[in-house]
Amino acid sequence: MRRAVLIAIPYVWLLALFLVPFFIVLKISLSDTALAIPPYTPTLDLSAGWAGIKDFFSQLDLENYVWLTEDDLYWKAYLSSVKIALISTFFTLLVGYPIAYGMARAPQEWRPTLMMLVILPFWTSFLIRVYAWMGILSNEGYLNQILLWTGIISTPLTILNTSTAVYIGIVYTYLPFMILPIYSALERMDGSLIEAAEDLGCSRLQAFWLVTIPLSKPGIIAGCFLVMIPVIGEFVIPSLLGGSGTLMIGKVLWEEFFSNRDWPVASAVAIVLLLILVIPIVLFQRNQQKQAEAEG
Amino acid sequence: MNRLSWFNTVSLTLGFAFLYIPMIILIIFSFNESKLVTVWAGFSTKWYGELLQNEAFLDAAWVTIRVAVFSSTLATILGTAAAYVLVRSGRFFGRTLFSGMIYAPLVMPEVITGLSLLLLFIGIGLDRGILTIVLAHTTFSMCFVSVVVSSRLITFDRSLEEAALDLGCSPAQAFRLVTLPIIAPAVISGWLLAFTLSLDDLVIASFTSGPSATTLPIKIFSAVRLGVSPEINALSTIMIAVVTVGVIAASLVTKRAMVRQRQDELAAARTE
Repeated sequence: MRRAVLIAIPYVWLLALFLVPFFIVLKISLSDTALAIPPYTPTLDLSAGWAGIKDFFSQLDLENYVWLTEDDLYWKAYLSSVKIALISTFFTLLVGYPIAYGMARAPQEWRPTLMMLVILPFWTSFLIRVYAWMGILSNEGYLNQILLWTGIISTPLTILNTSTAVYIGIVYTYLPFMILPIYSALERMDGSLIEAAEDLGCSRLQAFWLVTIPLSKPGIIAGCFLVMIPVIGEFVIPSLLGGSGTLMIGKVLWEEFFSNRDWPVASAVAIVLLLILVIPIVLFQRNQQKQAEAEG
Repeated sequence: MNRLSWFNTVSLTLGFAFLYIPMIILIIFSFNESKLVTVWAGFSTKWYGELLQNEAFLDAAWVTIRVAVFSSTLATILGTAAAYVLVRSGRFFGRTLFSGMIYAPLVMPEVITGLSLLLLFIGIGLDRGILTIVLAHTTFSMCFVSVVVSSRLITFDRSLEEAALDLGCSPAQAFRLVTLPIIAPAVISGWLLAFTLSLDDLVIASFTSGPSATTLPIKIFSAVRLGVSPEINALSTIMIAVVTVGVIAASLVTKRAMVRQRQDELAAARTE
């Protein structure tokens, strides 16, 4: 009895506030837009009994999904989100790997401090970390001031409100997610393996390429998924650092809902975004399971 | 290898400079006299003074703190229960669905979580305000809590619990006297995580809040859209300071607890 109650409380909570809302989104994505409150039809009329239910289902259609394929804004936004996610994940790896490597090779007594220095930004507000770059990258910003002062450039660079700023923002805010898994893979690595490779005639670079990289592969894969999956649906970074040229689906969904008040289309955008995300999420899950089995 | 090679020194220096310089610049310029945020015009704390007189920000901060306290506490209770169910309850009807619902919100884009909850609240006619934000935050942060707590429960030695039961404890007593003290560090870090997630959240709060309740991130976001402002710099500095002190304090406390535990173990080993 006690066990049943213990199971039921979190179960019912998640059913009511996670699963049911998801089905509401699915339902509204199949409805028609209306100039009313709520701005969609049909609404389920249970008082009409079976006829009401039948009526409700007969009015659902795929119109909004057809609309998504017809207006090229949407598929361009999906493609560009995936592209931005892939490119920024690559850059995050490029920046994060040397840091993780340096941490794993640092003297033992430094490591907890270095680890905390990586985690600290993660606890700091995401919004503030994105905002910090607005002052740096704007036309009168600190970066342009330094570049102008040193004479590297003669006219200010336009970085803020471009895709470059979005890439910088993503690399900056998601860096801890990349560093931590790679660091934990590198830290477990047996240093004598490198020595063995060098004794057997590898150059340092070869040893790094043939031994260190393959052994840190699980960390690299985990880090890449942890960065890529959330970036696809990112909203804050493109809306603060990006311009009109940076299309990302999270921002499109937001505007569809808050500015255009087209709830059915916003819901359809959400459902398609979920379908796109299922692929990397399933791959990630599989990879983690394989990893757990290999270790266990 | 005890000394860092030049390559590692360079990569660590550049890496940490990249992580910290933006925030350091933000902090420095919050003490700038000038309204023009990019030109230094002398030291001043006037933006902090103005911030403290800004009713709208203070109200938003108060709403945010209340939401964070309520939602993280609820999330800790629900998340710990969920972790206990996942690790201990064996098989029950709908277990796969249950664990799916625990892990899915972790990777769900915030825009979708926000949208779906808003549609639910409108569907059942619940007025949007503090209550709806608390419900929304509890739902996604309980999943984080349950992941943190279940990782501790898995490594936990069950025979301790069984011993308590053998010695006459009721299951509730065994949980309170044996299990809870052992998983307490994980429960506390789960609470802290839920608290910061709630403080930090912009997207889900924007969907689920109404005109009666505005949280600090929503306020900051609408101000920041218009550009960089010294008041927001001052506010950011305060938030960074609070988090830094909190994280350092938490890590010192856990370090001390670990040292004490090691001493206890050594003492126990000596008496044997």
